[in-house]
Formats: sequence, C-alpha cells, structure tokens
Amino acid sequence: MSGLIEFFADPGNWSGSTGIPVRIGYHLLNSLIALGLALAIAVPLGIYVGHTGRGEAVVAGMANALRALPTLGLLIVVVMLAAPLFSSSLVFTAPAILVLVLLAIPSILTGTSTGIQTADRSAVDAATGLGYTPMQVLTRVQLPCALPLMISGVRGAMLQIVSTATVAAYVSLNGLGRYIIDGRANNDFGQMAAGAALVAVVALVLELGFLLAGRLTISPGLRRSERRLKVTAGAAPAT
Amino acid sequence: MNLTWLSSNLSWILELTLAHLWLTLIPTVVGLALALPLGWWAHQVPRLYGLIVGTSGLFYTIPSLAFFVLLPGVIGTQILDPINVVIALTIYTLALMVRVVADGLAAVPRETVEAAEAMGYRAFQRFTRVQLPVAVPVILAGLWVAVVSNISIVTMAAIIGVQQLGSLFTQGYSLGLMTPIVTGIILCLLIAVVLDLLILGLSRMLTPWRPAAARSVTARSASATKTRPASAGATTGPSRPSPSEGSGKGVLS
Repeated sequence: MSGLIEFFADPGNWSGSTGIPVRIGYHLLNSLIALGLALAIAVPLGIYVGHTGRGEAVVAGMANALRALPTLGLLIVVVMLAAPLFSSSLVFTAPAILVLVLLAIPSILTGTSTGIQTADRSAVDAATGLGYTPMQVLTRVQLPCALPLMISGVRGAMLQIVSTATVAAYVSLNGLGRYIIDGRANNDFGQMAAGAALVAVVALVLELGFLLAGRLTISPGLRRSERRLKVTAGAAPAT
Repeated sequence: MNLTWLSSNLSWILELTLAHLWLTLIPTVVGLALALPLGWWAHQVPRLYGLIVGTSGLFYTIPSLAFFVLLPGVIGTQILDPINVVIALTIYTLALMVRVVADGLAAVPRETVEAAEAMGYRAFQRFTRVQLPVAVPVILAGLWVAVVSNISIVTMAAIIGVQQLGSLFTQGYSLGLMTPIVTGIILCLLIAVVLDLLILGLSRMLTPWRPAAARSVTARSASATKTRPASAGATTGPSRPSPSEGSGKGVLS
C-alpha cells in the first residue's frame, strides 16, 4: 500500500512519455479507436440481422464461441500472426486493436439486433399504419426503441475493450496496463497497484458515463418498460 | 505443431490443466453457493434488489487483471498468491449469479408459488422445493456463462505469474512458438466443453420433467436471442443470461 502512495506522490510519474496522463490518454485513445471500429461494423450488421431476422443463429453461435476463447491466447496469437503484416510503427498496436474490435463486436451486434427485434410490435404496426416507409419505421421507431439494449451492448463492449486493452500491454500496447507489466517485471508492487487502481477508476468512470448517456438519450416513454425488463446493467465479461 | 515441444512438456501441461480446472471450479461453486441465499434475499425484498444487483454489478466493471493486483492490498494476501485469483473470480461469479438467481426466482409463475403456499409449504420449503427447482434452467444457463468467462479470465493470471493454462500463452510468446499457445487454447475450449456437458447433465438430473431438446447449448443460445426481450445480456455479457422459458408469459402479462 505504501508503494502505491509513493508512486502517486512522485511527480516524475505525472509527466513524460511514461507518465500517468500520457498512459491514460493512450489507454482511452486505443479503446475509443477500437470502439469506433466495432460500432461501424456491428451496428449496421445488427440492424440488418434484427430487421430481417437472418443469421440470428450464426450471431449467437459466434458470440458464444468468442466468449469461450481465452482473450489472452487470442491476443497473443493474433499479434504473432499479424505483426509481420504491419509497418514498424504499428507492428504491435494494430494487431492488438484488431483483437479489441473483434471482442467488442458480439455484444454491440446482439444488443442492436435484439433491441430491434423486440421493439414494441404495436408501435411498429402503428407507425406502418400512419404511412411510415420501412426506412422511417426503422429510424424513428425501431432504433429509438432499441436504444436501451444498444447502449447496454455498447457499454458491455466498452468495458471489455478497456479490460482487454489493459492485458494487451503484455503484447506492448501502450496504456495503463504497462504499469502492471513493468511493475511485475521489476518487482515494483507499488507501480503494479497504481496501474491497477488507475484502470479500475477509468473503467468505473466510463461505466458512470454510460449510465448518464442512457439517462439522456433513452426516450422517457421507454424508461418504465426498461426498468420492468431490467435490461440496464449490461456488464462485460470482465477479462 | 511442434511435437517435440509437446512431448517434452506433457507433464507440465497436465499440471497446468489441473490447476486451471481448480482455479475455475472453486470460485464457480463458492460463488454460486453464496449467490443462492443472496439472490433469494434480493428477490424477497424488492428494495434490496437494486442495491444488491447494483453493487455486485460494480465489481464486474473492474478489469480482472486490475482486480488480481488490487486484492492483496485490500485483504492483505501475498501479491502473487493464487488465492487472489480464486477470490476475484468468486466475486465475479457471485456478482453475476446473484442477479441470475433473483431474476430466475422472479420468473417462476406466480400461480405455481401460490399453489405451493395454498398447499401449506412454508417460505423455506417453498424456496427449496418449488421456486428453486423451477428456476434451475435459468440458474444453470447463468452458471454456464459464469463458467465460460471464468475459464477465460483465469488465463489472465499468467501475466502476474500464477501458473495455469494461461502460462502456455506467455511461454509461447516469449519463445516465439505457436505450439504452446494453440495447445493452451484447445485445452481451454476442451475444459469449456467438458464443463458444459457437466452442467447439461446436472440440468437433466435436476429437471427430469423438461424435454431434452430444450437443454442443448444451441437451443439455449438460439432461444436466448429469439424469444426473450430482456435476454440481450445473455449474449452481450454475462450480466443477463436470461430465463429461457416459462418466464416469457410473465413479462407479457
């Protein structure tokens, strides 16, 4: 514990390329890039699956299979296989981010498709009756109805990414995990604990951020049913 | 595959596999045992539900590697002691299962509970002989999610030097050798399959009245995405392995 306090008290740990602000920045940057890529892939795919009902079994099977794959193993395999394909500056970053994206996709995908599928049937019918085109039904009724589950999926994905980005320090991804890895290598337990504490704080702050985002974006009309279905706390498989 | 490496490390691999099994099973069993009374409590007292589920959900937010490292500072164990991994995983399992148990109990049809009450069952009997057996499919579906994520989370502990199948990953990485890594992944998947069969058997034993088709993994996951509005979590994260049947009516009515 004393090592932890010493680490935070040392001004040297607050500046420079291995300082706390830079490491937090890298951790968040890598996570956001991965989340952005995962969103770009998973949301359209989820809308397609949810809207047409095609490929549900494939999606569910993929999600289950990915869950059973040990993240650390996957990370190391991808880095070892893909590292030769990237130029020197991205040699470790790109494969690691690829894995983060891969792990984030299932939860966003299922959140989106399930959300769209389970949008209140009578609301969809009413919108169709009012003369909405299928596209309008999707964007004005189904998507807003799907939002609680989508946000819960994105939140799960974000936690998974932040968590895996910590582990990815083992394969040289820059970020807060480096304190844990470097601390372990130098038997500097204070540094390890400091890194772990920072990661935990970042994860908790992001979790709170998502809670707030949910409050602000989910239509008030959905909130009651949301509570009834208890879909709120969608935590990631903490990895 | 590098067979020379495999054959010369066979006994070590066996050791790691056994360690991995223990590190996965002990937290799963202890976590479930703690979750049953706590989940019942959360179900009985609606006001507690939010508190218990919210607090336990918060633990799930903490990345496992950070959890392994922080625990010794909180409970005073040695930093590289495997017990930290066991405790962390127990907390994760508990956090997940409390919610599953509470939701599973909530999904038991009201008429069933009322019938038991009318027949003179006391609260405890009602719980052990009626509510719990009816909630078994939901609880076991949740347990499967917990087991599978535990198998994966245990491997992380290799980074801080706790020996189990994850050690094959770090070993392979430092040697630049694919064989140990692939071996480790295959063994992890194998453990997942074996434990899934175990849970399936358990489910068959505890709920002899259910048709066999409803129990297979594929049916479980397909029904999870298809029929249940609240089930996204079953696939989005271990937070909501959903009540797979019986409960649909409850939500709609």
